[in-house]
Amino acid sequence: MNGDSACAEGAISAGCRFFAGYPITPASELAERMSERLPQVGGVCIQMEDELASMAAVLGASWAGLKAMTATSGPGFSLMMENLGLGVMLETPCVLVNIQRAGPSTGLPTMTGQGDMMQARWGSHGSYEIIALAPISPQDIFDLTILAFNLSEKYRVPVLIMADEVVGHMSEKVTMPTIAAKDLVERRRPKVKPGKYLPYKPDADLVPPMAVAGEGYHFHVTGLTHDERGYPVMTVEAHDRLVRRLVDKIRLNRHDIIKYKEFQVEDADIIVCAYGISVRIAQLAVRMAREEGIRAGLLQLITIWPFAEQRIRELSLQAKAFVVPEINYGQIVLEVERCAGDRARAILVPHMGGSVHSPQTILEAIREATQ
Amino acid sequence: MTDTLNAKNHSIEKYLRQDRMPHIWCSGCGIGPAVSCFLRAIDRAEIDPNKIALVSGIGCTGRVAGYVKLDSFHTTHGRAIPFATGLKLAKPELKAVVFSGDGDLVAIGGNHLIHAARRNIDMTVICVNNFNYGMTGGQVGPTSPLEARTTTTPYGNFEPPFNLPYLASASGASYVARWTVLHLRELERAITEAMIKPGFSFIDVIAPCPPIYGRMNKMPLPMDSMHYYQEKTIIRHGADPKEADITLNGPILAGTFVDIERPTFQDQLNHISSKVNAQV
Ligand code: SF4
Repeated sequence: MNGDSACAEGAISAGCRFFAGYPITPASELAERMSERLPQVGGVCIQMEDELASMAAVLGASWAGLKAMTATSGPGFSLMMENLGLGVMLETPCVLVNIQRAGPSTGLPTMTGQGDMMQARWGSHGSYEIIALAPISPQDIFDLTILAFNLSEKYRVPVLIMADEVVGHMSEKVTMPTIAAKDLVERRRPKVKPGKYLPYKPDADLVPPMAVAGEGYHFHVTGLTHDERGYPVMTVEAHDRLVRRLVDKIRLNRHDIIKYKEFQVEDADIIVCAYGISVRIAQLAVRMAREEGIRAGLLQLITIWPFAEQRIRELSLQAKAFVVPEINYGQIVLEVERCAGDRARAILVPHMGGSVHSPQTILEAIREATQ
Repeated sequence: MTDTLNAKNHSIEKYLRQDRMPHIWCSGCGIGPAVSCFLRAIDRAEIDPNKIALVSGIGCTGRVAGYVKLDSFHTTHGRAIPFATGLKLAKPELKAVVFSGDGDLVAIGGNHLIHAARRNIDMTVICVNNFNYGMTGGQVGPTSPLEARTTTTPYGNFEPPFNLPYLASASGASYVARWTVLHLRELERAITEAMIKPGFSFIDVIAPCPPIYGRMNKMPLPMDSMHYYQEKTIIRHGADPKEADITLNGPILAGTFVDIERPTFQDQLNHISSKVNAQV
């Protein structure tokens, strides 16, 4: 099964029952799979007139109580930034998949890239925090899609799956276990009666319970700065309170959100820090380096945003250098550099896109890092 | 013109967020009367208010969502219709109502308008059409008549406007009507009919914006527009919407132009789903 289809299957296993999308290479297979599968499970799949509408429809469906998703690639991702911001502001659970291709602009539509990683973090205007995950294989995208829905329901935030064309199109064996209901997270519903409900009064974890349309709560939500009632309040104080909470509900829960994997880092003094498809190339490079007697290891970032700052800081105490292969001209390396401070070097191994790195290129960077 | 929202009005008071009054609209603005017609139409159409989802975009009319005591969504500029599409498809028992302005629905949101009409999504779109962007200070819009003065057409508008009833009907709407806010009873009835009608319904509400558009076009007082509507409205039910063009201070064709039966998006979807389920 290819990665696009595995993502669709993961979504359905997670309970996703609404998909709105717009055709774009290399994410179209995902929409095609959803259009075949959703009607079979009582869900709705609609092809909208563009990506602006797709993202808006996903938010609407979530507010009607369904788990909802869209999928796109670079040019569509840019258009979705508008309503991604609304999703953040209204605190709308949903999942947005980006099967990245090489940009800028139309770039290489059928060929891979990882150039949207910073856009994932900062693409919509204003101050906010988002959750983004990076899968490395069809199996991984299946698993991470379920995780993405769980995180979005738990924290009431859009969750991004930052895959790439290679992961989307490669075919590998995928095991799809039946997911038990207890392993699926559902948004918290209000415990109070209509009339007493304050749509933006948070619980202790800073996440407010969510009512959905049609249940008599008569709630109001707005993209304007608002108070706990959901009413617009145009003051510095209200804005401070709201933005802090939107950001802090992710930042203060980062230990629950951030996931990574490590290979041979215990004794490593050169650590390759990679994400997405590049992880699999980096694994080869690290093995080759070990064969040469270089103490190399690999840190795989599963959660890209919020960033695994603390782990990189800790590793920077033991490592001489981080080697960061990216299919762009340097994005995540900036974060690694920031967290490593002057304790360890951060060495970018850029690749402009269209294909993946050769393991040899990463190996050379590892060798250079030992100098 | 009396302020129909702030005045004691028992039949609609229950649908207003009293804790948000007074509203931000200028005195003499046409949005308030359009809102009260809509609120009265809820009871008249016997729609369960718990099942209404009201969605607005951005602009003066976009603020409607904030004043009604219904599940109400103040979304992004132009995107009220696709947001409402998601709500409606995800929960078909909802009555989706989009309340927004001409700039929001027809300029930045124009693509969504025509596609929702084409699909015949079951929703009612109430478009308050005041020929300009009021909230941002009176710029030219997609409905500004030729030669109209706006802050971005200081020498007169040289772009032809959209004829909204024609646009909606050509795109596939099942119900299309136009009224001015002088015609409150007719407008209330049209909104009632539109909300009962399955499929996509569109109402073009010609409304004054006295301090901005009116001031720049020799109708600075609320009563000026009312006189204009009184003198120049021609009521012709069933008229060809092609003839509903509006020229500066020219005649306004009003009435119900389209009221047809067409399978809704949901009908088509149910049809396909039942075929799929028969196979599985
Ligand atoms: S600017 Fe015009 S449209 Fe806006 S509230 Fe005032 S009168 Fe109404």
